[in-house]
Amino acid sequence: MKKSDLVEAIAQKNNLPKAQTQQVLEDVLECISVALARGEKIDLRGFGTFSVRESAARTGRNPQTGDPIHIPARRMPGFKPGKELKERCNAELTK
Amino acid sequence: MTKADIIESVYERVGGYSKKEAADIVEAVFDTLKATLEAGEKIKLSGFGNFVVRDKKARVGRNPQTGEEITISARRVLTFKPSQVLKHALNS
Repeated sequence: MKKSDLVEAIAQKNNLPKAQTQQVLEDVLECISVALARGEKIDLRGFGTFSVRESAARTGRNPQTGDPIHIPARRMPGFKPGKELKERCNAELTK
Repeated sequence: MTKADIIESVYERVGGYSKKEAADIVEAVFDTLKATLEAGEKIKLSGFGNFVVRDKKARVGRNPQTGEEITISARRVLTFKPSQVLKHALNS
């Protein structure tokens, strides 16, 4: 399911205009991205937590040539699903 | 940052909604995300990342405290793979 399908589903289920639904979805994603860029953690009850994970610099290797390459320290976005979402994803299997 | 901050932003930036309506529509966004993932379907959000539900097979684990062998049952886990755009935004 891509963004446009998601907008369609949200709009239909909640009887909302598509244009505004798309704006809201974009704004939600924008809010999360901006907060992550500031290094902030985003706690969304029932859904999960987005956070910034620091990864240390390391020496990697070009898999094609075998040449060692330096991979600098960087920040990576991380997501940890919340309890409710975790359980719901698993529901079909535990039934 | 919490959902309340996101609702505030939607209320300010997307016109035409009261605060209550903004809260309802943000909630609707997350409800649909959850329902879609619950159904096992993946969600691809361009510029943000992909949410994918993965099937894990049962495997044998060990209780780290007692050393006892235990079976970890088959399960579904949700993974998030951030897009290049998001990764770049965190490192510029």
